[in-house]
Order: sequence, then structure tokens, then C-alpha cells
Amino acid sequence: MAALQGERLKQTVQRIYHNIPSYRAKMQEIGMLPGDVRSIEDLKNLPFTNKTDLRDNYPFGMFTVPMSEIVRVHASSGTTGKPTVVGYTRNDLNMWAEVVTRTLCMAGVTRNDIVQVAYGYGLFTGGLGMHYGTENLGATVIPISGGNTQKQIQLMQDFGSSVIACTPSYALFLAEVMADMGIAPEELKLRVGIFGAEPWSESMRKEIETKLKLKAIDIYGLSEVIGPGVSCECEHQVGMHVNEDHFIPEIIHPETLQPVEPGEIGELVFTTVTKEGIPIIRYRTRDLTRLIYDKCECGRTLVRMEKCTGRSDDMLIIRGVNVFPSQIESVLLEMSETEPHYLLIVEREGTLDVLKLMVEVQEQFFSDEIRELEKLKKKIMHNIQSTLGISVDVKLVEPKTIERTAGKAKRVIDNRKI
Amino acid sequence: MIIKQVSVFLENKSGRLNDVTKIMGEAGINISAFTIADTSDFGILRMIVSDPDKACLVLKDNDFSVQTTEVVLAKTPNKPGSLSKLLDILQQEEVFIEYMYAFSMQDEGAVTVIRPTRVKRAVEMLQKHKTELLKADELYQF
Repeated sequence: MAALQGERLKQTVQRIYHNIPSYRAKMQEIGMLPGDVRSIEDLKNLPFTNKTDLRDNYPFGMFTVPMSEIVRVHASSGTTGKPTVVGYTRNDLNMWAEVVTRTLCMAGVTRNDIVQVAYGYGLFTGGLGMHYGTENLGATVIPISGGNTQKQIQLMQDFGSSVIACTPSYALFLAEVMADMGIAPEELKLRVGIFGAEPWSESMRKEIETKLKLKAIDIYGLSEVIGPGVSCECEHQVGMHVNEDHFIPEIIHPETLQPVEPGEIGELVFTTVTKEGIPIIRYRTRDLTRLIYDKCECGRTLVRMEKCTGRSDDMLIIRGVNVFPSQIESVLLEMSETEPHYLLIVEREGTLDVLKLMVEVQEQFFSDEIRELEKLKKKIMHNIQSTLGISVDVKLVEPKTIERTAGKAKRVIDNRKI
Repeated sequence: MIIKQVSVFLENKSGRLNDVTKIMGEAGINISAFTIADTSDFGILRMIVSDPDKACLVLKDNDFSVQTTEVVLAKTPNKPGSLSKLLDILQQEEVFIEYMYAFSMQDEGAVTVIRPTRVKRAVEMLQKHKTELLKADELYQF
């Protein structure tokens, strides 16, 4: 594996060095040439890539092939309004389908299964990523996309879906709606759930498995690397096998940026070594986890990663959508000229994440008329909805009521017990 | 003839109204009339006070969001039908009312606080129809 990774890494570094001026500059800064990368051992000397690099090169500046070679783009939310854009060549899409197919096999899905893909279809990689991987496997896809819960359940009954792919919180919501509709899980044919795009815990897994009577498998991915299919659990549910022949994982200390000892927790970093459209070297995911090198009971030798335990930045994942407090701030800034004071509160009500935003009514926001304040509230909700794609509950509060620590306000309270 | 009304943003939290009245009391400011417009999570306290500028200052010092709004205080006899007459005048002249509130004193008549869409027009029209409007300095009487 190391030899294969090293060979592929050399090619990827060449490709990036000659096509991406910003990354070439980073290498030159530390006096590195593509020829200095001789094996996988040299990976740790290469510069990192951050989400900001993608933003600075918005939209297509990180692509290493001409647009005529790019057959699809996807995008995820960026830190300040502009999305992070990724492009795929024909070969990339084939590779992606292949790695998703592998993850489905790990989860125990076969061509005899009927897979209901309830991840969102569109710019988000979840829907289409699972879709083509399922087709490639030869199973039947129900491309229902997210939402429309009653219809989801109806199709599960009518079509006999045996696999559901969605976010874990949506799986719990489905269970709740099923109970309300008076449908027992035994009446359905569900046997495997492939859940990802947001952090979840072992207790959530137990709850989902009890309520939906299926095996809940954790899948991991991010659009900057490929989308879903970067890693996935096998039937033993003891860590996610990383498709490391395509995506090389490293764990670094988030502050010193040095590799940690094997098995220690740190920030997950990925290098893609087979991608053509937007190969990426040492991408800092900001997810905190550790790698497990032991051989798995299933017999696979691919390195495993544990469930992510947190983030090394302030990103929140709300209902599968990445949210940065800075995005909320820029929405508020657009509406007023001075620095807004706000507090984001994330709660889990029942099974769904709820985002509450408290905004201090500063002089410039205050109107003597209720309807003006109600309008302000609606406008904030609307602007956030259109920028982030998620709904938020806005509460207007008095000035100086949001706690400030040493002059700087605390921006986020996450009350979710996942 | 145009009176400055003081408006304060209040969260729906117990004790907040009393915080305002305490501050006003300590600053020696008299509240002649007030009303609260409320929604499920916040309210707006609107007050006619003896010294609006000072009231704004002391409230801002205490971190309240404060604003002054121009209103008209119309005095009418304390008799059936007098409010209707007042509203007739405004309606004829197409002056609309954002909100209003009132207080009455047995013998001296009733005072209606009006926040019209066009304040100057409202004053002109009410004066034309000989409605008694309170001036700022008269407010100390209450």
C-alpha cells in the first residue's frame, strides 16, 4: 500500500505543482520541488491546504485540468458566504462511484438491495455520490432526495426499501414520523442504514437501531476530498475503513501541525492521490479523530478512523449543513453598519437540530414600531435561510445581554447531547 | 405641539419594566403616561415623560435601546362621543394612526396620545378644528 501511495503521490504533486500557482508558491517558500517527493515518507514535509485556499481560488482556481475535462461540479458552504467548489472529471466520477460501491459492500449491501437515497441531491455531494455508487454496485436506487418524510415512509412500504441512506438525525426523525403514522419497523424491509454528513454518537446508533430495526453504519466524507465514500464502517462497526489507496489520512496536532504518535487523537488531514479535477494535498479537515492500524475482524487491512469527536475550528453541523458563525456574522453585518452582537444556540429538540439566533437590538436596529421589529426579525431569518440554506429561529434581545468574555462576545452555545 | 415620546426595547423578562421605572424615579423623571406593545418575546415600552432628553440619556447609560418618537397629545372633554369626533378629523384628512393610547382625569378631560403617519399634518388639522393639543411644558402638570 505504501509503495502504491508513494507512486500516486509523486504524480499528484507534479500535477499540482505545475498547475496551481498558489500551491507552487507554498512549496517554493519552503524550498521544495516536486522531485523532492520520492515516497510516502515525504508527505509530512509538504505544505497544507486549507479551506481558505479553495475560497481564495474561487470558483475554479484549484482545478488542475481545463474546464472541458470537468464534467460536474459540487459545492459546499464556505466560511464567509462563498461556497467551496469542487470539480470532477469523468475518471473522478468513476473513481467516486467505485469508492462508494466499496463502502456499500463494507456495510453489507448487495445488488439485491433496494437503496433509498434520502441525502439531498444537488450541489451537496451526499445525494448524487450515494446514487452513482449504488448504481455501480448494481443495487436499485430510489433517488428520493431529502425531506418529504411521509412519502419516504410510503415508498419504504410500497417499494420494500432494504437500505436507507441519510443523516443520522433524519433517521431518528423518520422513526418518529413512522411511529406517529402507526407503522412498526417490522412492517418494513429495512436492514441497513448508511448514515453520515454529521457527527453522531454510539447512543444515537443504539437508538436508531432499536427504533428502525436495522444495522446503522457510519460513513464519512467531505466534498473537498470527494464526497461520501472517503471512509465507512464494515459490519463490525469498529471504526471506518479509509479508502487509503485514493485518500491518504494523517493525524496532526492542530497547533504544532506536526504528526501525532500513531493512535493519538488529532486533526484529520487528507491527501488525494488519484483525483484529476481537484487533487488536494494535506487538506486540513478540522475534524478531530484518531487512526486505528490493527487488522479488522472483517479481514480488511485498510486503516480505520474513529468517529470524529469534535472540530478544531468553530464550524457547526446543523442537520447535515456546515455552518460557520462567521457566515451568520456577515449576514448581520450586511444589515447594519456596526458590529453585530449575537449568540447562536444549537439545541436538539426531539431528533432534529434547532438553530436559535439571539441578536441584540442595538440603536441602529431599534424601531418604535412592533411591525418594523417583526420585519427585522423576518429579514434576518430570510437572509440566513438564503445564505446558509437552513432555517433559524431569531430572538431579539436587549443590548449588552449577551455575555462578553474579556470584551469579546461568546458566539456559540451548543447544547446538543449527541 | 409635537411631543417627544420615549420608546424602550424590552425583552419579556421579569423585572425589566421595574428596572426602567426605577431608573426614571432615581433620575427624578416623572412618567405621565405609558403603554406597552408586546409580542411573544419582546415588547416596546412607550412613555410620555417630564424630561425626554434626560430620560434617553439615563436609559442609554443603563444599556437600554432607546428612541424618541414624535407624537401628538390631544385633549378632549371627558364625555361620550369626543374621541369619535377627534378620529373623524384625522380620518377626513387622511392622517392614519400607527398606534394610540389614552388616559383620562375626571374633571380635566381626557388626553389621547396619537402616533400619526404624518405628525405635522395631524397637528395642523387638529388645530384647524380647534382641538386642544398639549404643549411640552404643560406636561409637568400631570
